[in-house]
Amino acid sequence: MNFDLTEERQMLSDTLNRYLSDKYNTDVRNKILDSDDGFSAEIWSELAELGVIGALFGEDDGGFGGAGFDIAVVFEALGRAGVVEPMLDTGLLAGGLIASLGNSAQKAHLEAVIAGELHLAFAHGEPQGRYDADAVDAVADSRDGAILLTGRKAVVVNAEAADMLVVSARDPDADGISLFLVPANSDGLEIQGYPMISGGRAAEVLLDGVQVPEVSRLGAPGETLPAIEHGLARAAVAQMAETMGAMQTATDLTQDYLVTRQQFGRPLATFQALQHRVAEMLTELEQARSALINAAGHLDAAPKERDRQISAAKGLFGKIGRLIAEESIQMHGGIAMTQEYELAHIAKRIVMADHRFGDEDWHVQRFLDLSAA
Amino acid sequence: MDLSFSDEDQAFRAEVQAFLADALDPDVAEKVRLGRDLTKADMDGWHAKLNERGWLAQNWPAAFGGAEWTAVQRHIFDEEAAKVNAPRIVPFGLSMLGPVLQKFGSKEQQDYWLPRILSGEDWWCQGYSEPGAGSDLASLKTRAVREGDHYVVNGQKTWTTLGQFANMIFCLVRTDPDAKQQEGISFLLIDMDTPGVEVRPIILLDGTHEVNEVWFTDARVPVENLVGEENKGWTYAKYLLTHERSGMGAVGFSNAALTTVKRLARTVKDNGKPLNQNPHFMSRVAKVEMDLMALGTFNMRMIAAAGAGSAPGLEASMLKIKGSEIRQEINDLARRAVGPYALPFASEEVEGSNTPVPDPFDVGAVTGEYFNNRKMSIFGGSNEVQKNIIAKVSLGGRA
Repeated sequence: MNFDLTEERQMLSDTLNRYLSDKYNTDVRNKILDSDDGFSAEIWSELAELGVIGALFGEDDGGFGGAGFDIAVVFEALGRAGVVEPMLDTGLLAGGLIASLGNSAQKAHLEAVIAGELHLAFAHGEPQGRYDADAVDAVADSRDGAILLTGRKAVVVNAEAADMLVVSARDPDADGISLFLVPANSDGLEIQGYPMISGGRAAEVLLDGVQVPEVSRLGAPGETLPAIEHGLARAAVAQMAETMGAMQTATDLTQDYLVTRQQFGRPLATFQALQHRVAEMLTELEQARSALINAAGHLDAAPKERDRQISAAKGLFGKIGRLIAEESIQMHGGIAMTQEYELAHIAKRIVMADHRFGDEDWHVQRFLDLSAA
Repeated sequence: MDLSFSDEDQAFRAEVQAFLADALDPDVAEKVRLGRDLTKADMDGWHAKLNERGWLAQNWPAAFGGAEWTAVQRHIFDEEAAKVNAPRIVPFGLSMLGPVLQKFGSKEQQDYWLPRILSGEDWWCQGYSEPGAGSDLASLKTRAVREGDHYVVNGQKTWTTLGQFANMIFCLVRTDPDAKQQEGISFLLIDMDTPGVEVRPIILLDGTHEVNEVWFTDARVPVENLVGEENKGWTYAKYLLTHERSGMGAVGFSNAALTTVKRLARTVKDNGKPLNQNPHFMSRVAKVEMDLMALGTFNMRMIAAAGAGSAPGLEASMLKIKGSEIRQEINDLARRAVGPYALPFASEEVEGSNTPVPDPFDVGAVTGEYFNNRKMSIFGGSNEVQKNIIAKVSLGGRA
């Protein structure tokens, strides 16, 4: 057994951490949060130049990584700095689906994705679908060699910036879920965008008979659910790694504050009631790290075992994330409630991570189902 | 023991319900329901309606124009008001300063300031916390130096709730820097229009502007604005804090919020079935409801004791701790319930971002409220400070 990072991954981690600590402070991020786009094009292309997007893809797809631990290294660094740029959506999720299902013409887009020149979004979840991967009611009707997409996609992260959307729809002919690579400027496709509370932007995507050619199909008709589930598993690992980094930052900030802040004539860190709470946070943080390693190490296992591992980890992350975010705020006091203070954003990232790819309760249930079967 | 309300109380409840049905502006109630920011006019309007009925100063003696309600009546009003999403009565003048002036103020101060609170002519805010004095409030540094007929005030207050609407602030200031911490503090009333007083907004993590910093630079305050005696302000401050704390069980608000969570659980689909069939989620709902039922009775026991003339002691601290934890748990359930729709968010305070956000369950900014209400375990004496009080009193003399 070896829990050390490979030399390449350690280098990537160091470079990325250094870049972000130089470049991505609270002021810079707060400007990004208030901007119309919700992310910085400059930082996006610099991240691409550093090879961050490339690290999410295998060598066959023009990248130099793509494995679970590559994903974990990248996203932990992004999470530590509270980065809101849509790495997960463009790179990992939609980009990953093109890599796993695309034909050579479709995969040709990946070069531009890795270079930071093409944005993507995965338009999959629906208003009543909550966290279920197969809750797709959007329909793909085949008519005279073309396909008409109709339905509504909910909370599609990065939809406004995306040049192309990966859209899921139920294929009546094939009796299953199909995927399509749809240009964002297609007729009949409406994007209603809005900001998100933890940064970045999302949109409701309305498909009103969007006509796409047969060649826009990504993967075989009606048979894309396994690839979607694999993609969501990768996304869950990425997001847990991001949360891991954010929880580390929250814990660091809290310890620094307790050591510095004086009340009743002494540092807060000298109060045993608070010391024990910090000790609990640090212990839970190690539990989270181990759970993340379990999940990342099983990304390529058989689907059932993979998802059982993911659920074990993400169920735990939901619980631990809430503890770390709330305790960090509480032990800071009022200062952590302000937009200007770094922890406010970090705590929002941590808590809101529970609202993508399944929350604590959802994963507990899936873990039970997969353990029983 | 009898858990039921008396006939008089039941009749009073009916009277309150009729008043609320008639007086509450539906647009304002809708804003409250959806967690939107109220304007100053919204809040002034509600106060005016209550004042017209003689119900604004519920805890004041009749001699000062108050309703002189019993604790049970106040509880009934709070409960009914929360049910129909009436705005909270802004507490600074009515629940905080009012009682202090009535107990410690001069006749002139009572005659001048109390009617102006009722009429809405003055909007008060609270100048207690400072950047360096949070839980340790007595370490406050804002300085007031007597010069002839004035105090010259220098320093900074923070977390000043709704200070942007206020024209008056009651402040704790240090008048004797050499005395023991608690003994050099005075209670001063300051006009916000005084030269040298500046209000700066603090934007909270949910994008709202409800608190402020208030800066004082050589602000000259007439000596007649000193309440009680110089250097005795800590006594008045503590008296006020007990009043602040006793309302913090927030049982009515928690009941209303729990009703919303249950409605959400009926509406939201989870795995194709209503969320209220999900045992994990519903077990969270059940546990917090059990706690809230007990808290409701705890609150009533406190109210009964207060009616019998006993001052709230440790129980006020306990109620504050439990009340804030339960409220926060309910806020957590609401954000869980809406699933991915917890993510969209438009802040009314950030310019240009007032795009409508999807709200398929018609529930408003539940995520914003979850984050905003983290304040409940921090303000009014953090829960840690309350625990210190409980432990000190209960174990203090024994170890």
